[in-house]
Amino acid sequence: MVSKMTEVTEKNAKQNDPLANEKIAIEVEKLNLFYGDKQALYDIDLKIPEKKVTAFIGPSGCGKSTLLRCFNRMNDLVDIAKINGEIRMGGENIYKPGLDVAELRRNVGMVFQKPNPFPKSIYENVAYGLRLQGINKKRTLDEVVEWALKGAALWDEVKDRLHDNALGMSGGQQQRLCIARAIAVQPEVLLLDEPASALDPISTLKIEELIHDLKKDYTIVIVTHNMQQAARVSDYTAFMYIGDLIEFDNTDKIFTNPTQKKTEDYITGRYG
Amino acid sequence: MMDNEVLGQHISQQFNADLENIREDVLAMGGLVEEQMSKALEAFTKHDSALAQEVIDNDDKVNDLEIKIDDDCTKILAKRQPAAGDLRLIITVLKTITDLERIGDEAEKIARLAKDIATGKTNPLDGKLHYGAMIHLGNHVKKMLHDSLDAFARMDVETALEVAKLDNQADDEYDAISRQLITYMMEEPRRISEVLDFMWSARALERIGDHANNICEYVVYMVQGQDVRHMSWDEMSRRTREVQ
Repeated sequence: MVSKMTEVTEKNAKQNDPLANEKIAIEVEKLNLFYGDKQALYDIDLKIPEKKVTAFIGPSGCGKSTLLRCFNRMNDLVDIAKINGEIRMGGENIYKPGLDVAELRRNVGMVFQKPNPFPKSIYENVAYGLRLQGINKKRTLDEVVEWALKGAALWDEVKDRLHDNALGMSGGQQQRLCIARAIAVQPEVLLLDEPASALDPISTLKIEELIHDLKKDYTIVIVTHNMQQAARVSDYTAFMYIGDLIEFDNTDKIFTNPTQKKTEDYITGRYG
Repeated sequence: MMDNEVLGQHISQQFNADLENIREDVLAMGGLVEEQMSKALEAFTKHDSALAQEVIDNDDKVNDLEIKIDDDCTKILAKRQPAAGDLRLIITVLKTITDLERIGDEAEKIARLAKDIATGKTNPLDGKLHYGAMIHLGNHVKKMLHDSLDAFARMDVETALEVAKLDNQADDEYDAISRQLITYMMEEPRRISEVLDFMWSARALERIGDHANNICEYVVYMVQGQDVRHMSWDEMSRRTREVQ
């Protein structure tokens, strides 16, 4: 009788857990973040599924970018930022003392809102991460540059001008170059912070299409202000509000029938 | 959960106004269809050919409203990309007006038959029994329609459930009328064609009950976000009350 009861409870828990059938890439537990005296994240518990797209949405200042930056310890660069709690990747806390942060960042690539290619050639932008690792063999570099540019759906547009300056490309192309640069070092996770907000609609669609293709090989976490974009590209959506994680669920569920009123108010454009 | 209070709280006042206008149009269309149905039933029982003609003429108004609301919903989908409760409201409206338009068609069908009877093309059957049963069924589905529109207007799942429960009764009444008419046809084979006309009217009433029932299912979807179509009333009531 008791075992049956547990079985039922477990079954219910499984039905209510949207990630019941997913492998977990990143596990966030009781994460709190402070900028000086001001707390920016409150007790965040969250799991990011592997090889899926997870979107963080929420109004400005809700902490979504801050949370994203925790995944590759970008907040370490902010002097006043203090963190407690854990973020585990592959079972290992990425905030444990002595962890190799450079290695973490190789494994967790990031693309920012404004395309930021180096003022170098297209080729050198993509090869940059490899050269940092001490890989300088031309054949290897050629192969990886071609592979990464193809992966970022940019190869056909730039294959005849690989040695032109990257700053001469359009904004959309520059952003795809930054994605190529991020995947060249073969990370497991890609963090995208508003990757299309500075782009025109066509370039935006290309980036969204690319995200869809990339999730075959990478775990993707995207922060976006564009709710329709979150609805289109993501499998799971997390809604954040003033440092709290309000709701996490299947994207389909969030956009048709969210559980929390705050989520509903936000995605339907109501006064919160 | 969707309710009337949240409907008008968009940051965009224009969006509030658009949604409110659509809802008002649906209720206006519902009112018109209700009136069409009442008049058709009255024309049928009182052999009033002028009233029957009025119903037939007014069906265009129902159709026009369907097209207008359809068009307004398409514009909102294109321009606003509604989500969550707003999206469910628009989907519910699109489905509801299809059912309302069909109810209008059923009312017109009854009106045409009423006109035939009134102008002597079809002789009314002897015996008040059939009329009594028809009037009873007519009033029953009229209440269903009225209450389903009420449930829509007030976003009220309880009322929707009550209407859905009434549908079983409408089906039973329709079955009783059919059995009675079949008996009549066996007794008077020469009048089969007239009896069939009655059968079609009873059928039209029963269909109106089905459409009202559909509207109630959409209301549950609009309010709670769950799909309760194609399930028994018991199952529907259990699921909707689980959420409340």
